Amino acid sequence: MTGEDEDGRLGAVMRGAGTPDPGEGTLMEGLPFSRDIGMRLHSAGDGVALLSVPYDARLVGDPQTGVMHGGVITALLDTACGSAVMAAPAKLRSTATLDLRIDYMRPAQPGKRVMARAECYRMTRTIGFARAVAYHDTPEDPIASAAGTFILDRVARETGDE
Amino acid sequence: MSELPSHARAEAERDEALARLAETVAYVRLLGVRFDRMGDELTARMPFAPHLVGNPFLPAIHGGVTGSFLEIAGLMQLAWSVVLGDLERGGAAAEAVARGEFAPMPKTIDITIDYLRPGRPRESFARARIQKAGRRVAHVHVEAWQDERARPIAMMRGNFLMPRG
Repeated sequence: MTGEDEDGRLGAVMRGAGTPDPGEGTLMEGLPFSRDIGMRLHSAGDGVALLSVPYDARLVGDPQTGVMHGGVITALLDTACGSAVMAAPAKLRSTATLDLRIDYMRPAQPGKRVMARAECYRMTRTIGFARAVAYHDTPEDPIASAAGTFILDRVARETGDE
Repeated sequence: MSELPSHARAEAERDEALARLAETVAYVRLLGVRFDRMGDELTARMPFAPHLVGNPFLPAIHGGVTGSFLEIAGLMQLAWSVVLGDLERGGAAAEAVARGEFAPMPKTIDITIDYLRPGRPRESFARARIQKAGRRVAHVHVEAWQDERARPIAMMRGNFLMPRG
């Protein structure tokens, strides 16, 4: 990931410009909790990941409105950022969240699937920096945004940072 | 309950209100979170269950589950402070609580979660401290731990929009 295309691509990611149809995606079988709440991976590559979680009565946080619990959005954004880190061009065995900040801009609409688009925009030898947006139809109308740092477990020692 | 002395009746009323408040939230039930009460302080407990795992190789609890657990503990402490106020005020507010009608839940504005240690396959606990209870916004710190209170697995701070603000 070079600095040159970083801003341009991130801008495109956040705008959702030129994004192909996310399609059905695949159920995240490897992560028991993600699978349990029906989380799907639509695409991952080049430090960008697109995930979603379907609306489900079991995920409701506010019984008076039927709005999904904020914790579901947290789980989605955390997994999306982690997936973006794993999808970055580096040989990683695994990654773990160090910290995650989430801003909630508006409640998710009952009955609708929530999408999350995440980008790992920078990596050092030990840390990946990621940000993500949760939305229904377009990232321009966000439900929540996240910024996180992830500790990297590299396959083998590498000399450079990039 | 009418044969109970009034102090015991007040405690039973509070326990019942807390159980109902927690029971109304589907996502709290999905994670299996329960609450113990000591005065106005709640301790959230989340027994381990296989569906809470994120990394099956370690195994470790999903970071999203730990984050949710912290947020639930913070939200419930805030919601409980509203319910306690209603019960102490008595009259129509207390009667509404007794019917299981609660004020709207507080709404999360922002949270920051620090993950300190992996969540192992055992019971997790969390306690929230309301650092500021403003009229519109409350600021809350939450800590989660497992075997040792002094070795937290994760911490959260957050701002919440209060109902009736």
